[in-house]
Amino acid sequence: MNALSSQRLKPEEKEMRQVYAETVLELAQKDPRVIALEADLMSSISTNKIQPFIPKQIINCGIMEAHMMGVAAGMALTGKIPFVHTFAQFATRRAFDQLFVSLAYAKLNVKILGSDAGVTAEHNGGTHMAFEDLGLVRLIPHATVYEASDGTMLRELLVQSYGEYGVHYIRTIRKKALQLYDKGEKFPKGKGKLLRDGKDAAIIASGIMVAESLLAADLLANQGIDVMVIDMYSIKPIDRELLIHAAKTAGLMITAENHNVIGGLGSAVAETLAETFPVPVYRIGVREQFGQVGKTDYLKEFYGLTAKHIAETVLEQIKRKKE
Amino acid sequence: MDALELFRDQIRLWTLKQLYHLGFGHYGGSLSIVEALAVLYGKVMKITPDNFHDEKRDRFILSKGHGGPALYATLALKGFIPFGMLYTLNQNGTRLPSHPDRNLTPGVEMTTGSLGQGISVAVGVALSHKLSGIPAYTYTIVGDGELNEGQCWEAIQFAAHHQLHRLVVLVDDNKKQLDGWTKDIVNPRDFVEKFKSFGFWSRRVDGSSLAEIEEAIEEGKKQTEMPIAIILDTKRGQGVPYLEAKEDNHHIRPTEEDKRAIEAAIQELERKCAGGVAQ
Repeated sequence: MNALSSQRLKPEEKEMRQVYAETVLELAQKDPRVIALEADLMSSISTNKIQPFIPKQIINCGIMEAHMMGVAAGMALTGKIPFVHTFAQFATRRAFDQLFVSLAYAKLNVKILGSDAGVTAEHNGGTHMAFEDLGLVRLIPHATVYEASDGTMLRELLVQSYGEYGVHYIRTIRKKALQLYDKGEKFPKGKGKLLRDGKDAAIIASGIMVAESLLAADLLANQGIDVMVIDMYSIKPIDRELLIHAAKTAGLMITAENHNVIGGLGSAVAETLAETFPVPVYRIGVREQFGQVGKTDYLKEFYGLTAKHIAETVLEQIKRKKE
Repeated sequence: MDALELFRDQIRLWTLKQLYHLGFGHYGGSLSIVEALAVLYGKVMKITPDNFHDEKRDRFILSKGHGGPALYATLALKGFIPFGMLYTLNQNGTRLPSHPDRNLTPGVEMTTGSLGQGISVAVGVALSHKLSGIPAYTYTIVGDGELNEGQCWEAIQFAAHHQLHRLVVLVDDNKKQLDGWTKDIVNPRDFVEKFKSFGFWSRRVDGSSLAEIEEAIEEGKKQTEMPIAIILDTKRGQGVPYLEAKEDNHHIRPTEEDKRAIEAAIQELERKCAGGVAQ
């Protein structure tokens, strides 16, 4: 296994929002059924820059997230493929019943981008900081739930979701991610990416926590601890086989997410292994806390979402494995 | 009696028969939309099982989903579903749930029942048609109680902004919601004035008059800048005087006295419809 070292991680050239806007533009120019729906956050996600090229395929619904979900359903009923964007907490917490009933229960086709994942909402603070979105959407029958960890992946997940009927929710940050993948990499639904092999513990991460986990793996390697790192971008459906392989190989699972430990990646991993190959699992993430204002680095530190905290947790939890 | 009046009576008859067979249900708000459904499916919308999958068809979304039984009666009369299916309303495993489901019932355009959502979807359909240059009309019936929902007013602002003149919103102003009179719960004030102030073409009509409903829709369609809101002055339990007079008539679990009155209403409608030809 070719270990992906944290040392080579560099910020990408493009911001995630630019990737979203460019991908939607490309799809819309190719397919007249594609329509982007926004709720007064176009300049936040850069779709204002593509509007002049596709004026009839982009609608700013105003600050009406609930209604926007209904408009998406109406578009989908008439054969269009809506790409709905708003901040993650509005797409899920605010408009959940509309997403649930008008789109999912009605079995309609929609692609939803929830931006400003977790702590990356930064100065928007607790009202705008979603640590619950993955959990909420994961509860919806047949919904597909992804968290993108870099721009190459975001683009692929968007294109892939466009080509598949159903409710797809993609969580992302808006700014630059650290580059994890080379162009052309594929990200099949229901799969995870084994980024680094290891036998002492397996770290299962998504989004910004993937890079932190790789860094943690390097810290641990310096102490002779050999950990596996998996980017579990497909949170639902989840890669059951890869999780079982990791559990069998490492015997200890540490999940790392920029989200509440309830409902999201950690829950998905724990639930899957409890039913298949139970091994100790420890979930790193937000526990019984709301969001708050602050820079991403400060908030990562506050909620324990750093490489250092992951490495410490692995060292602590390894004792549990040996007991 | 002309064909449209016969169609109206048949919708009312089959709505009552369904609910009577089930033993309980949303009598009040199903009966108050019978005339509106008769005008839509019997006159202004050209919808049949044969053209239902034509992408340029007119569309109807029952935003007040609890009126489902009246819609099912209409769909049976139009040939979308067999009459026998009406007796499965709300039974285990049925294709006719309380609130309409597009994936269960032929002829149902949209899944509704969580109030406030159907009108947004109708607006989305109307906008989609406008963007694609399809000159179809989109009709929706919302309840007066349903207009408590903030989402309705998001949809109404948005529809006016986009000048969706091929959107027709029919408000079933039957003056009541589940817990009582709408004016006592949250006074809606004047719906016509409200819709007009949001940028709609609006008119109040007698919701028990087929002619007035049809005329208002046709009148509204003469302009091409504003969506249309027809406020239907209706009564809970409309067309069945005994149920109209009943105080608690949203969801009825009939007493013996109620049952006798409903049976009499069914017999009277059967007499009126006898010999008539279904549309």
